[in-house]
Amino acid sequence: MTKTIALTAGLVAAAGLAWAEADEDSLVINGDIEIVTEAEPPAHLDGVLPVIYSGWRFRSDETQEAEMDDFDNPAFLAVDQAQAAWDTVEGEAGESCASCHGDVSEAMEGVRAVYPKWNEGAGEVRTLAQQINACRTENMKAEPYGYTSGDMTAMEALISVQSRGMPVNVAIDGPVAETWEQGKELYYTRFGQLELSCASCHEQNYGNYIRADHLSQGQINGFPAYRLKNTKLNQVHDRFKGCVRDTRAETFSPGSPEFVALELYVASRGNGLSVEAPSVRN
Amino acid sequence: MRLTALGVALLAASAVHAQDVDPQEVAYGEYGSVESSLSGAPGDAEAGANVASTRGLGNCVACHQISALDAAFQGEIGPPLDGVADRWGEAELRGIVANAKITFPDTVMPAFYKSTGFIRPGDAFTGKAGTEPLPPLLTAQQVEDVVAFLMTLK
Ligand code: HEC
Ligand code: HEC
Ligand code: HEC
Repeated sequence: MTKTIALTAGLVAAAGLAWAEADEDSLVINGDIEIVTEAEPPAHLDGVLPVIYSGWRFRSDETQEAEMDDFDNPAFLAVDQAQAAWDTVEGEAGESCASCHGDVSEAMEGVRAVYPKWNEGAGEVRTLAQQINACRTENMKAEPYGYTSGDMTAMEALISVQSRGMPVNVAIDGPVAETWEQGKELYYTRFGQLELSCASCHEQNYGNYIRADHLSQGQINGFPAYRLKNTKLNQVHDRFKGCVRDTRAETFSPGSPEFVALELYVASRGNGLSVEAPSVRN
Repeated sequence: MRLTALGVALLAASAVHAQDVDPQEVAYGEYGSVESSLSGAPGDAEAGANVASTRGLGNCVACHQISALDAAFQGEIGPPLDGVADRWGEAELRGIVANAKITFPDTVMPAFYKSTGFIRPGDAFTGKAGTEPLPPLLTAQQVEDVVAFLMTLK
């Protein structure tokens, strides 16, 4: 009897603490592309989250609406710009992305959904940004883009659009297993003078407000993300950097092995959500 | 003339700090309480209210609702602090503010009077490396002021 009461009270307290605080809205882009913003968590999460949610579900109606039609989504200026870059010859090899890959909508369909992933030839885990730069430096003999530059986020956005609505499906086993474990370790490390981990905010407290900010699960299916706050597309490692800095810690650098590992791990926490990039956030 | 003014200021500052318990020397009880004032002086509840509601200081309202303060956007990460002085005594509250992890193991609440033992400590919010011992998030007197403020929440 006492036990039942204690248990019930515990459940109520837990429910009050976090989940159930995503809103009930559903996302269809351009009246056509259905986006899964709520899914059963992947098995590797071992029950730490009852449901996985896209960050879209935690934003205000106005912010949400800006993502529902590409004409309203400010990220699409960058997508157009990247489409031009895709067709432009650059570098000493005299190649463009198009000269090797052809039409971006066919060549890049499904690509964003499985990144970061193992590159057999290079023998390393690569993020999409690293693969874009590998093609630029090795295949085009062109200068690499800055890791978090506008050119890079625009190209990532163009490539991501070709996978919108497809489920994120990042591999975590085989040759990437070690990197994935490293990313998981980082996710749960309490960094900085505030001693907070990613999990402190995005696993234990999603749905809650931290001052004016409504905490999401920190999913990255929407990256690169256009932020109304800085009116540009934001590279996912820039977002990580900001969150680590906010714990009063020494951050890692964009493109560092630590952030590559963290990206792999965080991406895998969203396996089952739709690719939603380029998203709109505040 | 200028030199004299500087000298006085320095003297005043070191005089205050001489009384402070070093963050590494705070004596916590078994359940995390701290019996005596960290600054050697009593706290000022009004100053403490300001520490609790100000972003650059304690910013307690980032995580806690405190009805007595008219700070906008109070958070919901921790329990509301209304009536907290009915639940805890002064020594316990001092310990919770100084280092809540001794009272509540694994809590997400930061330690406000701790200077060493961090993972990748930064230089405030710059993202650059900091060197331990870091200045604690609050001074000894600010901790006392916040505790005095919390004691008014009955
Ligand atoms: C000279 C040929 C060439 C050029 C030019 C080139 N690529 Fe590639 N790209 C490749 C090859 C070959 C692969 C397969 C690489 C591998 O598996 O190691 C590839 C792979 C990729 C992938 C990964 C696809 C996947 O399924 O994992 C992306 C993304 C990509 N390229 C983007 C670009 C972009 C963007 C540009 C222009 C900035 C570009 N590429 C220019 C040859 C090229
Ligand atoms: C002190 C709290 C805090 C910590 C610790 C923290 N974050 Fe965040 N994070 C936020 C806030 C606030 C936002 C903006 C609101 C939101 O989307 O959750 C955010 C947003 C994000 C987003 C954007 C989500 C979206 O859909 O746009 C990602 C991704 C993210 N965080 C990842 C991380 C990772 C990875 C870590 C650990 C390295 C981390 N965060 C640590 C507070 C935190
Ligand atoms: C990042 C979030 C965060 C911040 C900032 C924060 N706290 Fe807390 N606090 C918590 C949490 C969470 C708890 C609940 C303890 C636990 O984890 O079991 C708590 C518990 C408490 C308690 C015990 C409450 C009770 O009723 O049992 C007091 C008192 C307290 N905090 C005071 C403060 C003061 C004063 C400040 C600012 C100087 C502050 N907190 C800043 C998260 C925070």
